[in-house]
Amino acid sequence: MSDGIHAIVMPKWGLAMTEGMVAEWTIEPGAAFSRGDEIADIETAKITNALEASTSGIMRRLVVEPDEMVPVGTLLAVAADETVSDDAIDAFVSDFQANFVVEETEEDSGPAFEHVTLSDGRNIRFLRQGAGGGPTLVMVHGFGGDLNSWMFNQPVLSEQFEVIALDLPGHGGSSKDVGGGDVAAMSQAVLDFLDAADIASAHIVGHSLGGACALHLALTKPERVASATLICPAGLAPEINMTFINGFIEARRPRQLRAALELLFHEPGLVSREMIDDVLKFKRIDGVPEALKAIAEAAFAGGRQSHVMVEKLSELEVPIQIILGASDQIVPVLEALETRAGVTVHRLEGSGHTAHMEAPGKVNALIADFVVAASG
Amino acid sequence: MAKKSVRQAINEALASEMRRDPRVVIMGEDIAGGMGAPGEDDAWGGPLGVTKGLLGEFGRDRVLDTPITESAFIGAAAGAAATGLRPVAELMFVDFMGVCFDQIYNQAAKFRYMFGGKAVTPLVVRTMYGAGLRAASQHSQCLYPMFTHIPGLKVVIPSSAYEAKGLLIQAIRDDDPVVFFEHKAMYDEEEEVPDEAYTIPFGEANITREGDDVTVVAFGRMVQFANQAADKLAKEGITCTVIDPRTTSPLDEDTILEEVAATGRLVVVDEASPRCNMATDISALVAQRAFSALKAPVRMVTPPHTPVPFAADLEDLYIPGPAQIEQAIREVAA
Repeated sequence: MSDGIHAIVMPKWGLAMTEGMVAEWTIEPGAAFSRGDEIADIETAKITNALEASTSGIMRRLVVEPDEMVPVGTLLAVAADETVSDDAIDAFVSDFQANFVVEETEEDSGPAFEHVTLSDGRNIRFLRQGAGGGPTLVMVHGFGGDLNSWMFNQPVLSEQFEVIALDLPGHGGSSKDVGGGDVAAMSQAVLDFLDAADIASAHIVGHSLGGACALHLALTKPERVASATLICPAGLAPEINMTFINGFIEARRPRQLRAALELLFHEPGLVSREMIDDVLKFKRIDGVPEALKAIAEAAFAGGRQSHVMVEKLSELEVPIQIILGASDQIVPVLEALETRAGVTVHRLEGSGHTAHMEAPGKVNALIADFVVAASG
Repeated sequence: MAKKSVRQAINEALASEMRRDPRVVIMGEDIAGGMGAPGEDDAWGGPLGVTKGLLGEFGRDRVLDTPITESAFIGAAAGAAATGLRPVAELMFVDFMGVCFDQIYNQAAKFRYMFGGKAVTPLVVRTMYGAGLRAASQHSQCLYPMFTHIPGLKVVIPSSAYEAKGLLIQAIRDDDPVVFFEHKAMYDEEEEVPDEAYTIPFGEANITREGDDVTVVAFGRMVQFANQAADKLAKEGITCTVIDPRTTSPLDEDTILEEVAATGRLVVVDEASPRCNMATDISALVAQRAFSALKAPVRMVTPPHTPVPFAADLEDLYIPGPAQIEQAIREVAA
């Protein structure tokens, strides 16, 4: 960025992403946009999703054509206000491109997965991005997910904070022993992780089952939780969509799994073939089917959530915000959650159960602002 | 997840199952020391290094170098399987099946049936197949149709490193004799493969491309060529569903029939000699059970009915490639 000129570059969504293409520009040159507005559809090997603006501005130049595969970090477009001359934009573009170096692939550099051993011997995989010294965020995914669930969030938030995304037991690269398998057992694992990773306290961001863990931790170990952001959280109401849970567990074919995964999204087109393949690959790993079943039986026994903590929101000692997807089909979109001054609730239209993936720009901004405020 | 070669993926599958189950033993020519090597330190790990390192971890009791007598060690492996071990025998080239075929097709394949279901034969025969390495006509064939023909055998043809690891672990845990085909030109091909053990069920085809116009069924190394052809044609607006059946026995007939019903057009790609191969088998299946869905004649992409040539130019011409597949798709889509 220089003199009010803002570079919009190919984002890096997940460690494995090295290139992507603009499938379509959804903004015209010359148009004004605000932080969080969708400006392009980006297609990668794994997923197609909207690129949301991280600042406000006027779109002055679209640098890449649609359907051109370019490396991560490539200049896609230039934003600036109307006082900046076209010559200055030209100079910015040529300067950027002259100095642009394609990032090395993951094998050679950049962040890598880490592992810690919990006191009970289980192994937890995590990914740490961003610099220490300031607030630390710990991100906890939901049932059947893994740390890659945060691919649209962790890279952006790590520009501002140290951000650690972990794999819950039974998921991703962590041990497949889920212990008791319920919300208490899962949040105990997160607590054990904080101990093992030597994190005194963190801003916990949890999605779905991970949201229930974050809430459980905030209630039981408030001294370890600087703030909690619950995204489409479980743990607030007894209802849970067992068509999704059972469909996810039982699906062996891509078509069956697609039907289950589409329930997660407001826009079912976000379910890509690669996403389906990744989940099928996860479910084939030794111990995973048993782990998923154990969690479902403990946390969602009889088709109801075992841990319902909505009444306890008023007892919370730590700042908490709840982000709901207005078209969530997995957990109920509750009304009147603002039972206490410390609880902030946002309902995002156009998002299903995965608001952090469907509206990453908005969710990232909400998390960043909330963490900054809570860090006082 | 790291990128691993087909060679590493197979090695990991063997190591992981040997750690998990002490009954798993491996045997074959040169898989331990071999080649007159003096000791454990310079173990070759087979002619292409697939079993390298296993001798050091598991020792001579479980990593058995055999004499160059396929009839003896394949027979020994079948007997060991019938009496409590879970052997993985390496038949260096599938072209050598001729000298040990009785042990496979008339012994191992029949035990369960002949003993009224009271015997199981958890035997895996790993074997190298395929053209492309200038190994001439006696070391380059794709003989999986001959094993597919035999009731009682399961036949697996992995198409990539990820597929190889999951399918081999599944094969080792299976209680029936499995013949596992490794394409000799694919050992260095890499893709992301999980470190953990995982299994891919037999008889469940993988759909590697989804499209509306033509269904392409391909086996083993031909899957990547079919994908390449499909990707190229997709840019012109001809979209293909590409099916990798993964196993020829059991065969996922339902997926093939469903996808042919959806597109109405079929191309089958098979590196095996064209008479009585998987291409003719799939074509007959579709002709019998999905004829009314067909909008165009079925096309088969195969090599010519000749021995695999040794001359490099001729061998290159012999092997079906993306260009022939693309042409066949264009013809049925026209």
